[in-house]
Amino acid sequence: MAIWIEEDAKVLVQGITGKQGMFHAGKMVEYGTNIVGGCTPGKGGQTVELQGKVFPVWHSMSEAIEATDADATVIYVPPPFAAEAIMEAADAFDWLKGEGVIVCITEGIPTLDMVKAVAYVENRPGVRLIGPNCPGIITPGETGGAKIGIMPGHIHAKGRIGIVSKSGTLTYEAVAQTMSIDEGQSTCIGIGGDPVNGTGFIDCLAAFQADPQTEAIIMIGEIGGNAEQEAAAWAAENVTKPIVGFVAGATAPPGKRMGHAGAIISGGKGTAEEKFEAFREAGIACAMDPSELGQVLLESLKAAGLR
Amino acid sequence: MNIHEYQGKTLLRENNITVPEGVHCTNVEQALAAYDSLGSKVVAVKSQIHAGGRGKGTLYHPETREHVMDGGVKIAFSREEVEAYATKILGNVLVTIQTGEEGKLVSNLYIEAGCDIAHEYYLALLVDRDNKSVLIMASTEGGMDIEDVANNTPELIHKVMVDPNAGLLGFQKRDLGMALGLQGAALKSFGKMLTNMYTMFVREDCAMVEINPLVRTGNDEIVALDSKISFDENAEFRHKNWDDLRDLSEEEDVEIRAKETGLSYVKLDGNIGCLVNGAGLAMATMDVIKLYGGEPANFLDVGGGADEEQVKTAFSIILEDPNVKGILVNIFGGIMRCDIIARGVIAATEALSLEVPLVVRLAGTNVDEGKKILAASTLNIHAADDLAEGAQKIVALIGGEE
Repeated sequence: MAIWIEEDAKVLVQGITGKQGMFHAGKMVEYGTNIVGGCTPGKGGQTVELQGKVFPVWHSMSEAIEATDADATVIYVPPPFAAEAIMEAADAFDWLKGEGVIVCITEGIPTLDMVKAVAYVENRPGVRLIGPNCPGIITPGETGGAKIGIMPGHIHAKGRIGIVSKSGTLTYEAVAQTMSIDEGQSTCIGIGGDPVNGTGFIDCLAAFQADPQTEAIIMIGEIGGNAEQEAAAWAAENVTKPIVGFVAGATAPPGKRMGHAGAIISGGKGTAEEKFEAFREAGIACAMDPSELGQVLLESLKAAGLR
Repeated sequence: MNIHEYQGKTLLRENNITVPEGVHCTNVEQALAAYDSLGSKVVAVKSQIHAGGRGKGTLYHPETREHVMDGGVKIAFSREEVEAYATKILGNVLVTIQTGEEGKLVSNLYIEAGCDIAHEYYLALLVDRDNKSVLIMASTEGGMDIEDVANNTPELIHKVMVDPNAGLLGFQKRDLGMALGLQGAALKSFGKMLTNMYTMFVREDCAMVEINPLVRTGNDEIVALDSKISFDENAEFRHKNWDDLRDLSEEEDVEIRAKETGLSYVKLDGNIGCLVNGAGLAMATMDVIKLYGGEPANFLDVGGGADEEQVKTAFSIILEDPNVKGILVNIFGGIMRCDIIARGVIAATEALSLEVPLVVRLAGTNVDEGKKILAASTLNIHAADDLAEGAQKIVALIGGEE
């Protein structure tokens, strides 16, 4: 088990003929992801060669899913067309299978496009959206596994720690920290740094709590909004597995956007201090420095009798 | 991206939302001509800067910092007063609660006809991240600081969420208008204004529209007396006119240049420059510097796929800040390869003949090659294995805690 994405999940790539799509699809194949083809409107019938293997390309997501029975899709489509790509995938998964996972990597999608796309996905309850503006999701296997996104695959190993984060590189940092204490990961999810996104912290915590492979969780937030506070309050009531947390942006000045569109302290709300406080209140063990995540996790595992 | 009040009012007018007549001016002669053309005995003389609290701000001479006048928004009752106020505002620096001590130089003025105010309200539209929809917020407590209203009398703030599929519905407009105590012609005028406002918000890709105050006139007409509008920068590709609306003098020059090269940079007040890949890691790097007793000089995210040239630009931007006494590079290579970063760092330090201490922490893809390249160089580069070690080293190298 893992969450949402099994090791052998069948994956489509939207935008597979583009520069970004082709590069990352190649990396995913190299890692061992079961890529079954791609979709680029206007280029149906063509093929793409990745790592010496040939993959079919379809015009539409409904054709692609019908032909491959794919479980998930990953989107590397430029911002002006990305929200439409999400909705096309949602429609096709819902219509043909009643379920599916959409991972949107694209950064820079207009917020109001995402308002529309998220509402569209939420009207199709079997369909899950991860992202946008995220590194994706990875379920490491014994050999290979399912890497759906842009994270460096080789830093991961199969294990029992679930990781959820708003940030890409901080997720990698957390992965490296688990490895430093000889722990692997069940599933790692980057939920993205945009103000309006699909899957949130609570969805991930609920899935990790229900997943038998996951025995402890690392949750990494950042300034802006109050998703971390809500997740912490929810975890206090519903999660029995140990959680270790970190929040980036304690030194960020108010009113300035820190790289991510959502990372902004507005009206004195959404500060790191507020979020750390909510974590502590919920019994989440906090690291004040991401290079301490490993040690804090180790202590939490010991306290829970897991080491 | 923020725009000025006078630009916002043009946009409102184009969207059939009632605003008082007004003229944008950049010198005193224009201000007087504006007064003559408006034909209103009473006018407002309003400083145009991208910051709130203008009315309660203070004007200072830009060089001597001598006090010039209290209040960046003035009501003038005669041509002479317009002349006096315009002279005192233009070319001087306005300091408000939102500008910081430095204040902002006022180069634009808006002369606006007076308005017969029966009541002042507050109205805002923004994207609510929790509900993932457009939120419309209104209050009877117009003209006040809305944060105070929210803290002291939250029951006076009324909200509706717009379903993106259904759009703004009739009952929502009625509910909001009636919550403000509007009726008859005023309620009707409010509903019409709200429809136009929501349509504009979506069509123009606004991030936030704040009208404070929104007023009801003696004739029961709803008029936008102020306008604070910002756009969602992600949507720039479909709004070619934003280039004309952008006031570059309101933005930090170096932040603009950083953006042009695909870097995300925010200047801070400390003395340790940081160069990091990824926004979250960049924030965490600043936090850890502070944790170990240093002060970060900047936020800088080089993004996922930076090349040698971008690394060089990043270094030169960091070094423009005279406060920088040391630099910490923190890279977790994913797509980005550590060997490429290492080469970029060496090329940049050589090209810029770097004199301040430099600590480099590399991890991830091709980390061993990256470290070898740095170790082989004759430059004074200190290596670190993790973020904590990197932060501790750079803090020690610049002379410990401040």
